[in-house]
Amino acid sequence: MSPLLILPIALPLGTAAVTIGLVRWPRVRRTLGVAALTGTIVSCVVLLVQVSDGSVLVGHVGSVVAPIGITLVADAFSAILLTISAIMLLAVFVYAVGSPKTDETRAFFHSVYLILAAGVSASFLTGDLFNLFVAFEVTLTASYVLITYGGSRLQIRHGMTYVVISLLASTLFITAVGLVYAATGTVNMADLATRLADIDPGLRSALGVLFLVVFGIKAAIFPLFFWLPDSYPVAASPVTAIFAGLLTKVGVYAIIRTHTLLFGEGGPSTLLLAVAGLTMVTGVLGAITQNDVKRILSFHIISQIGYMIFGLGLYTLAGLAAAVFYIVHHIIVKTTLFLVGGLIEERTGTAALRRLGGLLHTSPLLAALFLLPALSLAGIPPLSGFVAKLALIEAGFSIGANLTVGVAIVVSALTLFSMTKIWSGVFWGAAELPPPNPEGLDGASLRFPRLMVVPTGFLVLLSIAFVVAAAPLYELGEVAAASLIDPDGYIAAVMGP
Amino acid sequence: MIVVMVLAVAVLYGAGAYLLLQRNLSRIVIGLGLLGHGANLLLLMAGGRAGAAPLAGTDGPFADPLPQALALTAIVITFGVSAFLLALAYRSWVLTRSDEVEDDVEDRRIAAMIATRGEGQDSDDENDAGGGDSP
Repeated sequence: MSPLLILPIALPLGTAAVTIGLVRWPRVRRTLGVAALTGTIVSCVVLLVQVSDGSVLVGHVGSVVAPIGITLVADAFSAILLTISAIMLLAVFVYAVGSPKTDETRAFFHSVYLILAAGVSASFLTGDLFNLFVAFEVTLTASYVLITYGGSRLQIRHGMTYVVISLLASTLFITAVGLVYAATGTVNMADLATRLADIDPGLRSALGVLFLVVFGIKAAIFPLFFWLPDSYPVAASPVTAIFAGLLTKVGVYAIIRTHTLLFGEGGPSTLLLAVAGLTMVTGVLGAITQNDVKRILSFHIISQIGYMIFGLGLYTLAGLAAAVFYIVHHIIVKTTLFLVGGLIEERTGTAALRRLGGLLHTSPLLAALFLLPALSLAGIPPLSGFVAKLALIEAGFSIGANLTVGVAIVVSALTLFSMTKIWSGVFWGAAELPPPNPEGLDGASLRFPRLMVVPTGFLVLLSIAFVVAAAPLYELGEVAAASLIDPDGYIAAVMGP
Repeated sequence: MIVVMVLAVAVLYGAGAYLLLQRNLSRIVIGLGLLGHGANLLLLMAGGRAGAAPLAGTDGPFADPLPQALALTAIVITFGVSAFLLALAYRSWVLTRSDEVEDDVEDRRIAAMIATRGEGQDSDDENDAGGGDSP
């Protein structure tokens, strides 16, 4: 089996095991972490190049062939997500090292972060439902530790909501896996794709809805999103950024994978389109009423998930390609915005809009770093959000989903409105109430730690590069969408001749 | 036999869901434990009728070993996560001296807005909503 399928999981996990022992040497832990994540990026890029022609790379652990053994599968869709998440993981790791508030020199931060990285990679690579459950658990357990890492009252209180909701979702997940096994006698996804066609259609759609609920909780779709805006903002900034960028997207990946491979009806899904529209609207309305940078951004995650589900609900080549493109754009932009939010908090000690103001004059760099991803999120041309939304809207019109398209356009405008709310609250005007560090508002001489600014700037540049290279990247998205919409190649590659 | 198992699963899920809806953290923890046990029994039942020999030697028919392996994995995961949850609940009790789950941020904001409506000023909830660095 190709080592490319193992490395994105084994490198971070092995390094995590080594770093647990190095309690007294935070510098060594840092260096090892950066090396492991860099290695992960390299192996993911090589993997992406290999599968970018639409082929599917399959590995059977211990040479026990599917459907009995543990199967790892990489097609273009998983390779794209692996690559972009590996890049995010490294950038946020460097930011965490630079950020004084993260407390990353304390024991186990690096190890837990690397375990999270391994769990995310494993979720994208696994070829059967039960290992998807295990990969989710690895990711989630690491995230439980990270979200409550500071151990403050606020973190414990909101972290508890997160842990209990996630555990409930996990129990539902294992229930669904048990029911699928009872109905079909397999948990291998490629095998299931053929066997599910033979069972009673009513039972099949019931299982489909159960999985949609399970992954919907993780992805924070309407009406299962309520835990997200409460729990994400309390974690340390780099932790929130990586959660916002990756964790909900792992849920979206699972929804797309199971819907296209197992439970799709082969046409547009009214249920998913309705869920998509409602998710967009509730998310953005929630964002408008907030007055804290991190909470506004958290509600925006929900609203943006709606756009991805919209692309899936259309179930056309263009729709899925746009969804893939949108996910990549969203991962970059959302992570960047949370990193900028962390910089604001680092400077002034707060993220509350009423305690902020006038940062445009004292820190124009921060304003520029915020403005580009914020406009991109709202979909202003020529930034990446515009390209992604245009692709989605065209795909929507082409099959006549006019209502959801209309909702998507209105929600874009509302997104712009709430971004201007952050802009005018943080960068313009004066603060209504003094922030915890008042010198952060007027002391132009204050400098940010360089390791925090460099990754943030790098991600802003990456989102610009994403627009410049939009045409080839969209073609890559089409390759991924083609194998999603016609899973015969995937099934044949896993099950063998 | 299988009816007894179905009933056991139903009772475990029902009791687990009931406890999960309580406001005491200790009950929620126990509820999640019961739900986990229910899920493990359900996995075991997914292997088919009870009574066949375990997978050993060469002459069958054997009981399906896969659900047993799945249940074993699920038990280990539930065990680890329950330990973490208990530690978290204990930490929460040390910090707040109460076992109650608090209202979420929006509920408290709305309650505060209603309470101060006459004064035309909504409450200063920013410390609650903000970052994780408050004591």
